[in-house]
Amino acid sequence: MTGSVRLRHNRIELALHELRPAPGRPLLLIHGLGERSPAAVPTHLEAWPGAVWALDLTGHGDSEVAVGAGYFCEALMGDVDIAIAHLGRVTIHGRGLGAYVGLLTAGGRAEEVCGAILTDGPGLAGGGPSPTSPAVPTAVGAPPPGGTPDPWALYELTRDVRPPDYAATFARQASTRSGLDAALAVVGVNRPPWLDAVIQEPGVIECSLADALSLFANAP
Amino acid sequence: MTEDARAFAGARRPDRQRTVDSHGLAIAVHEWGDDAAPPILLAHGGFDFAGTFDVFAPLLADAGFRAISWDHRGHGDSQHAALYNWEADLRDAVAVFDSVSFDALPVIGHSKGGSLMLQLADALPHRVSHLINLDGLPSRRSNPDVSDHQRTKLMAQELTSWLDHRRSLVDAQRKPGTIEELAERRARMNPRLSAEWLRYLVTIGAREDADGWRWKIDPTLRFGGFGPWRPEWSMMRLPDIGVPVLAVLGTEPDPMGWGTAAADVLSHLPAGGRLVMLEGVGHFLHIEKPREVADLVLELFA
Repeated sequence: MTGSVRLRHNRIELALHELRPAPGRPLLLIHGLGERSPAAVPTHLEAWPGAVWALDLTGHGDSEVAVGAGYFCEALMGDVDIAIAHLGRVTIHGRGLGAYVGLLTAGGRAEEVCGAILTDGPGLAGGGPSPTSPAVPTAVGAPPPGGTPDPWALYELTRDVRPPDYAATFARQASTRSGLDAALAVVGVNRPPWLDAVIQEPGVIECSLADALSLFANAP
Repeated sequence: MTEDARAFAGARRPDRQRTVDSHGLAIAVHEWGDDAAPPILLAHGGFDFAGTFDVFAPLLADAGFRAISWDHRGHGDSQHAALYNWEADLRDAVAVFDSVSFDALPVIGHSKGGSLMLQLADALPHRVSHLINLDGLPSRRSNPDVSDHQRTKLMAQELTSWLDHRRSLVDAQRKPGTIEELAERRARMNPRLSAEWLRYLVTIGAREDADGWRWKIDPTLRFGGFGPWRPEWSMMRLPDIGVPVLAVLGTEPDPMGWGTAAADVLSHLPAGGRLVMLEGVGHFLHIEKPREVADLVLELFA
């Protein structure tokens, strides 16, 4: 890690880490649920030719927790969008929860996301495709030393419903508005229902990580 | 004008006010009636606050109840949060319940508050003895009949607008104005409510700063948020409820209403549940017809 910047998203201070400075469009890493940004560029991503940055989502890593919780994936999309406002156009690499948030961002800011690579990781499935029996827990255990990951984030972001047709609309947004032939590359093994639906959309490809990195590195 | 606006026929400010800590957030609680009377809880709607019960709650208090309401997080006098979601609102509600009693309690919920209380009754049936729902049963989304291409375009606009809003939130403040101006702004979404009532609400739901009045509601909250939620996810809870249920709907269309029809509710009403349609009334049933709605509630306990 060569440095970090602090960015504000509403009342939360986010930590955005520069893992490798370089000219060219940055690769922005979004971690999985309960994870934090890596300290260095992971070896499997070294082939990326440009800068590499990594964002700690709200309630994770060096970013602040939301007092009283209330975590939801669209707010985390807002976290990524704040990072994009700082970095400019990026390519996204999202793991688990970060893959879902990466999908939302690729659809929500299609013109500013030059491809999103979606892969396995903690929190990929979320709460499934439809609501389950409701629960109202009043305690989830103490936070770890340092405060993150926020136990409420771990709880809430494993219960958020991710309907396949909802996810597919974001894939459609990414495809139709990004100007790319392929806007999303699915490189993982697991296929929760939302990801299965995304794969059916035009402009979404399944490929190896190496091919995805190459595809988006060479995209206009 | 300020002094005039602070009074409204039949309105009474709460007898007691306190705060409850909900996982680090201060939730403002308001109570009408004898502290030792049997409690009944009232949950307000989205973008409302407990003060919107200032006419309705005293009717219950005068009938022998301890009527308790609270401002949802980010609303009224409750603390503004970094994030808002349905689950967090439910936990805040449970924190208020816990501050009153661990017995099953009767609850009344209007609009979003009705939907919240429905889910609470389904999740924690041992905490609810009676469920009264005032136009809080969303059953369908009003999707305009547009082509897929147009829908994609509309969603793009929605997404961009929402993300732009999120980028602009740091140090955001609500727009100041006079009591009349704030009342007029609210009238756009509450066109059936009187100007006198809306001016009264300003004096409770807004604060007076040096440059004018501002609604207290968190400026980061706004209409038009989006997410995967579907109205049927709420209605599907209704058949589960095993305690007495009273659902009340108005027959008049209203910008803040769900547009739920009697047939939508009847098909999901649990055994013994009752649906009452109030003719000529809109979404804010307890504000337009406080006496009638209070009588319906009291009948449930007769």
